[in-house]
Amino acid sequence: MSAAITLGSCGIQTLLVDDKPHLGGKLVLQTHRFFGSAEDVHAGMRGIEIANLMEKEIRQYPSVNVWNAARAVGVFSDHAAGIIDQQNLYHLVKPKMLLIATGARENTLIFPGNALPGVYGAGAFQTLINRDLVKPANSVFIVGGGNVGLITGYHALQAGIRVVSLIEAAPQCGGYKVHEQKLARLGVPILTSHTIISANGSDHVESITYARCSDDFTPIVGTEQTVPCDAILVAVGLTPVNEFVKKAREFGIQCFSAGDAAEIAEASAAIISGRIEANKILQCMGRDPIDDLMRLELLAEKLKSRPGKTVNIHNIPVEYPVIQPIIHCNQEIPCNPCSISCPLHNIVIPEGNILSIPQYDPKNKVCINCERCLTICPGLAITILDPNHEKGYAIVSIPFEMNLDEINQSTIVVDECGTPLMEAEVISKKAPLRHDHTATIKVKVPPEIADKVAGIQVQQQATRKDIIPEAGALPNETIICRCERVSAGEIRSLIKRGIRDINEIKAITRAGMGACGSKTCHNLILRLFREEGIPPSSIQPNTDRPLFYEIELGILAATGKSKGSTTHE
Amino acid sequence: MSNIYDVIIIGAGSVGIPIAMELAYSNKKILVLDREASPGQGSNKSAIGGIRATHTDPGKIFLSQESLEIFSTWQQKNGDDIEWYRGGYTFLAYTEAIKQTLLATLDIQKKSGARIDWLEADSLRERIPCLNDQQLLGGTWSPDDGSASPLRASLAFYRKACEAGAIFHFHEPVIAIEHKGGHVTGVVTEKTRYHCNYLVNCAGAWSNQIASLTNSELPVRPNAHEAGVTEPIAHFIDPMIVDMRGFADTANFYFYQHKTGQIIFCTTPSDDVWGYDTHETSTFLPVAAQRLLSILPSLDSVKVRRTWRGLYPMTPDGLPLIGWDRQVEGLFIAAGMCGQGFMLGPGVGRLVSRILDGKTTPTDQFILDSHSPYRDFSTTETLK
Repeated sequence: MSAAITLGSCGIQTLLVDDKPHLGGKLVLQTHRFFGSAEDVHAGMRGIEIANLMEKEIRQYPSVNVWNAARAVGVFSDHAAGIIDQQNLYHLVKPKMLLIATGARENTLIFPGNALPGVYGAGAFQTLINRDLVKPANSVFIVGGGNVGLITGYHALQAGIRVVSLIEAAPQCGGYKVHEQKLARLGVPILTSHTIISANGSDHVESITYARCSDDFTPIVGTEQTVPCDAILVAVGLTPVNEFVKKAREFGIQCFSAGDAAEIAEASAAIISGRIEANKILQCMGRDPIDDLMRLELLAEKLKSRPGKTVNIHNIPVEYPVIQPIIHCNQEIPCNPCSISCPLHNIVIPEGNILSIPQYDPKNKVCINCERCLTICPGLAITILDPNHEKGYAIVSIPFEMNLDEINQSTIVVDECGTPLMEAEVISKKAPLRHDHTATIKVKVPPEIADKVAGIQVQQQATRKDIIPEAGALPNETIICRCERVSAGEIRSLIKRGIRDINEIKAITRAGMGACGSKTCHNLILRLFREEGIPPSSIQPNTDRPLFYEIELGILAATGKSKGSTTHE
Repeated sequence: MSNIYDVIIIGAGSVGIPIAMELAYSNKKILVLDREASPGQGSNKSAIGGIRATHTDPGKIFLSQESLEIFSTWQQKNGDDIEWYRGGYTFLAYTEAIKQTLLATLDIQKKSGARIDWLEADSLRERIPCLNDQQLLGGTWSPDDGSASPLRASLAFYRKACEAGAIFHFHEPVIAIEHKGGHVTGVVTEKTRYHCNYLVNCAGAWSNQIASLTNSELPVRPNAHEAGVTEPIAHFIDPMIVDMRGFADTANFYFYQHKTGQIIFCTTPSDDVWGYDTHETSTFLPVAAQRLLSILPSLDSVKVRRTWRGLYPMTPDGLPLIGWDRQVEGLFIAAGMCGQGFMLGPGVGRLVSRILDGKTTPTDQFILDSHSPYRDFSTTETLK
C-alpha cells in the first residue's frame, strides 16, 4: 500500500493485487496501537486504522487500479504474472516492473502433536479472533515470546480467552519489553528458558507438556509440566513469502521486494521499505525519486532495530508532588507517539533519537492531565499520577483496553512487571473518547506506591494443577509435511541414509508435493538436517515451480475471456 | 584399485539407472556418474509417466514390451510400489483425418504383438465416463499399456542397482573420455579419473555434449514440452488419453489420471521449442486447460497444482539412438529417446545387458539395426 501511494502520487499506472477482500494485509488484524514514528508511519494509531487511512489515500489516485480478493498465483518465464481477479477470471499481466510485498508466513516447530487441531500459528489465531471475530478456544498457551506471540496473547485476552502461559526458549523474550510487561501486568505468566515438549490430546489439543531448557534449547529432563489448554499458539518467527521474488528473479523479471517479503521486521519498517522501493521503481523509470531516499533508508534502519538495552529511569514524584505522567517505558525501541501527543511538548525523546526512552521532568514542566500520552502509548506504559487529589491518597490513571464491565469497585493493581501491589479502590472508569477504544481507570492508592502502579490484573493466576498427559504421538511420528502426512521419522531415516537432495526426499516421501508446495515443510526439513548435524552447504534445495496457489481448470480455460484490457507499468 | 570398473554409465536418469541395474545383476562392476545431486534429476522427473508398447516403430514396440513386463511385475517381484497402473492408452479421433492416420497404424502394431483395437465412440464413452463424444469418431484402445511414477520407478531401480553393487556418484560431471588404441579406457571427472572397459552414454538431452568429448556428434537436440498436475481426485479415468487435434500452438495433447489420483497432462508444441530452457511459460496452462476440458468438460472444478517444463532429447526421425560408437570401441550409445526414455529405459537396460553378455537375440539385432546411431534418418514415426 505504501508503495502504491508513492507510485500513485506520481501518476504511475499501477495495479495493486491483494488476495484479501480488504487492503491492509496484517494491519487489519492489528487492533493494537503501532510503535514507530508518529510522523512517518502513523505510530500511535491502531493497525486497522492505518490500513483504512492508507486505503483511502490509494483510492484518491486514479492511476492505481486496486484488485482485491484477487490471487496472484505465479510468475512465468515470459514475464507474465498470473492473477485471478475477484470475478474468478484468470489474467496474464505483463508489467514493466514487479513489486513483491507478500509479507511473511509463520514458522512452526517440530513436536509430537504439532498437527493436532488446536495447534495454531499465532498469526492465524489473530486472524480468527480479530478479523473473523471467531473465538476458537477458551484457553490458549503461547509458545514464543517475540512480538507476535506477545501481541497475540494480548488480543486473546481482549477476546475473552484465558492465556494460560507464554513460554520462550531463550533466556529473554525477543519482543518489546513494553509488550511483554503489558501481558504480564494483565496476569499472564511468562516463562523464559522453557520449551514445548508436546501437544497432547486424542483428536484435539487438551493439554501441553513443556519443560525448562538449557541455553542451547535442550529440554531439561525432570522439569516437564503438563497443563490443560485447548489451543497452542506457535509464534516462533516468520519467513519471507519470497517464492514470487525468487521465481521472478530467476526469470529475469525486473523485480523489487518490500516489507517482510524482503526482510522480516516491524510493520512500521515495512511501510517505509514500500516507499523506498517505490522510489527505486521511479528511478528505474528514469524519474526522480520524490522522497529523500537517504533519510528513508536511515529511518528504515532505525525502525528495524532490535529492542535495545533496558534501563531503569524513573521520575521522582515524592519530591515533586505535582500531577505528572509516569513513564513505565524502559527499553530502547523505535517509538515516539507520546512525545508528539503532549500538547505542551513536555514529554521529550532525548537527542531527537527515536530509539531513546521518553522523559518527563516534573521539576520544570507542567502536566495538564489531558491523558493524551496515556491513551496513545502503544505499550500502555504511561500512567498519570495525581498526588494531591485526596489527603493521604494518590490517584493513578491507568490505560485499559479490556472489557470495562469486568472492573468492579476494587481491583488488583500491579507494578510494571505484573507483580501485584494491592487491591485498590476504583474511583472512576472512563470510557474511551472519540471511539478510541482505550479507556482510563482511576484507582486510589497510598502515595508511597503510586509511582509503581502500572496496570490492572485481569486474569488471576490459577492454582497450578499438573495433569498426566495421555500417551501422545512419539517424536518420530511428528508430522513434517501436513499436505502429504509425512512424518519426521521417515525424513530422518532418509537423512541418516545419506540423502542430501531435498528433491530426492520429495520423490521418495511426497513431502512438498501437496497443495501448499512445501511452504511449511521446507523449513522443517532443513531443521531436521540441522538436527542431524548436516551443513547447509551440502544440502540441495528443492525446485520451486509455479503455481503457488492451485487454480481450477475451468478458470484457466477461460483465460483472456474477460472484456477490456488494462496496461500497467 | 578401486577406480577400475567394468562399465561406467554417464547419466543416472530414466535410461542410465535401469542399465546400471541390469548390468549389476549380471555381476559387473558398475559406476554411474551424474552431474546432478540425486537420481533422476535431469529429465526423468519431468516425465509424466505414460508407458505404452503401441508405437509405430517395431523396434520401439519390442523395447517397450520388455519395459512393460518390468514395470507391470515390479511390485509383485520386488515389493516396492512404483505406482504402476494398467489403464491402457487411447488415441481419440475427433476428425476423419486423425481416424485414418490411427487406423493405418493398427496393422503394424498388431503385427509386432501389441494388443490394440479400434473402438467406436459409444464404446469409448462406456470406458471413459463423461468423455465428450460430440464429433468423436472413435479411437484406438490398447489395454496392456499403462503408467507408473517416474520418480518412484527410478528410485526403485536405483535401489536395486545399489543392492546389486552398482556405485553411483552424484555432483560429478564427466569432463573427458579417455581412450587408447581406439578403445575406451576411462573417464575424467571434476574430482578424479576412473578406468573402465565399457562406457555408456545415456546423458539424454546432454548426450551430444558427452559425444563431443570424443570429437563426435550425435543428432540429439532437446525440445521443450510443458506439463502440469492437478490435485488428486477419486479415480475415474483409466487410460492415457491422446488428442491429436492441433490447437493454439500445440499439436498433441495427452493426459491420464495417475494411480494416486492426480491428473497429469502435457502438450506437444506445434513448432519445436529447441534448447535447454526449462522455465515455465504462462501460455501453457490456459491452452492445456482448454484442451483437457474439451475432452472431459466435467473436470472444470479440479484444481491445477503445478506446472513444469522438461526436455525431449529429439532425433531427426523420432527414434532412439542405440548402438556402439564407430570411432571409439567400447563406447555404447543409448540416447535420444525423444521423450520416451522412461518407458523405453528398462527395455534398453535388458538389451544392453544381453549385448555385453553376448546373448543378443534376432529381435535385439532388429532393434539395433533400426535404432543404429548411424542409420539414415529419412523416415519419421507417426505416433511420436
